[in-house]
Amino acid sequence: MDLLNALVAFANFVFVPAVAYGAQLALGALGVTLIYGILRFSNFAHGDTMAFGAMCTILVTWGLQSWGISAGPLPTALLALPVGIAVTALFLMATDRAVYRFYRKTRAAPVILTMASLGVMFVMNGIVRFIIGVEDINFADGARFLIGAREFREATGLDEGLAIRSTQAITVVVAAVAMALLFWFLNRTRTGKSMRAFADNEDLALLSGINPGRVVMVTWLIVAALATTAGVLYGLDKSFKAFTYFQLLLPIFASAVVGGLGSPIGAVAGGFVIAFSEVGVTYAWKKVAGYVMPENLQPDGLAQLLSTDYKIAVSFAILVLVLLFRPTGLFRGKSV
Amino acid sequence: MSDPFLIGDSMTGGYGAANILNGCTIAVEKGEIAVIVGPNGAGKSTAMKAVFGMLGLRGGQIRLEGEDITTLNPQDRVAKGMAFVPQTHNIFGSMSVQENLEMGAFLRRDDFRPTIDMVYDLFPILRDKRHQPAGELSGGQRQQVAVGRALMTQPKVLMLDEPTAGVSPIVMDELFDRIIEIARTGISILMVEQNARQALMIAHKGYVLVQGTNRFTGTGAELMADPEVRRTFLGG
Repeated sequence: MDLLNALVAFANFVFVPAVAYGAQLALGALGVTLIYGILRFSNFAHGDTMAFGAMCTILVTWGLQSWGISAGPLPTALLALPVGIAVTALFLMATDRAVYRFYRKTRAAPVILTMASLGVMFVMNGIVRFIIGVEDINFADGARFLIGAREFREATGLDEGLAIRSTQAITVVVAAVAMALLFWFLNRTRTGKSMRAFADNEDLALLSGINPGRVVMVTWLIVAALATTAGVLYGLDKSFKAFTYFQLLLPIFASAVVGGLGSPIGAVAGGFVIAFSEVGVTYAWKKVAGYVMPENLQPDGLAQLLSTDYKIAVSFAILVLVLLFRPTGLFRGKSV
Repeated sequence: MSDPFLIGDSMTGGYGAANILNGCTIAVEKGEIAVIVGPNGAGKSTAMKAVFGMLGLRGGQIRLEGEDITTLNPQDRVAKGMAFVPQTHNIFGSMSVQENLEMGAFLRRDDFRPTIDMVYDLFPILRDKRHQPAGELSGGQRQQVAVGRALMTQPKVLMLDEPTAGVSPIVMDELFDRIIEIARTGISILMVEQNARQALMIAHKGYVLVQGTNRFTGTGAELMADPEVRRTFLGG
């Protein structure tokens, strides 16, 4: 019984939150890794792209709510998501036209494009704060729990409860669908394969008649979809705040680098590695330990390695370690 | 005199201010093999790139079937029926053999499966390895993938930049055999070769370039028989 309680406590406080957070990071890291592989620069504006997409979706969600439209038990934001993606895609393509295209034409070094993306980041950041403000915004509606802690305790008779919030379940399902679609697109369709060819060997892709303008456009389209979805899922699971999204940039880059920059499967793996490390290191294990360890061995303190305030430090430490010892990441991406 | 099938006529040009090509002429007839040989730095690869439009010319003309294509970019030349296999970075290493061939056929909207079968008949080992990433194959097999990719557009002219660079002598003979086979199907072949002796043996026409000009021109057999060519370029 104690072991079961320990497992449930672990699932409730570590596994479920980390899976949801990992799925959000994975979606974000997929966008970063696609841009790195195909457009060949590290896009520092990605966190704020997620914020922009989430903002658009929130505005549409408010519109739908004011007209009395809802998705029943699901959050209304899911209905608004396609509109958010479309607006973000247009915004990203306009940014490409105004900023990145010039540097691509002049065949600028990747670091120049990265610095340009830093500028784009500040502009996007400003736009988002200007339009929707800097406050915490909670826009999740619909059913709150898939499984509530009390129901779970009553149903199983255990001391520990397992709660799965509906936003966590939605996050995992939506992320899984998005990833499946992306991998299908990249591996099975003509356009997807041409994007991989372009990422692999740009000159040969040109010799084969692949149109670079189209590849760039489709890439931004996919990045808009991934970033907006990631931003909305994160906002549903926690809350929307422009500054938090800016901070998400670090764990997202850490995920992409851990998995191997340029490798989509690596981005997904990296997202979960970072999420489980962050949650695992900042969780107070006293409760779980209380169930599995004999009385005299139980920890006196909280058995928490780091305060949650330092969770960013975890991704930073992993990032440094990976860059030092395995710069190509888990799945042999390009080294930075 | 009627024009050859493909001709780079009195080409002059280079990358910077200095010219690498100084009025050299290179041509190939339909279904024949033309080989460019010469010492290092003679401008062999540069001449190939110029014919394919990867280098701007200051003088001269490129004509395909009598049509002036000097100002076309490489992609448009692919559409006109030319195909080019660069010396290095000539495959998509992270993609499977089959996907490499599909990318070669990117511009085609018709059913290209017969062409893939044709490539697999030409290079049977590729059929066995079609789901393997091309980057994991041996040097000779990678060259086969590179040539196969170029053949997917069903080109009229196939241009090869040192196809046997870095492969073993046995693989080289095998590749030359395949190249002869490709030429027999009516595809013209223009190639640069480091292994001058073997290449001239299969060539209908040979060009010896020195400092961007034609030093000797003749059929492969003529050049092989020329005492001066033998002494200076073929090592006796």
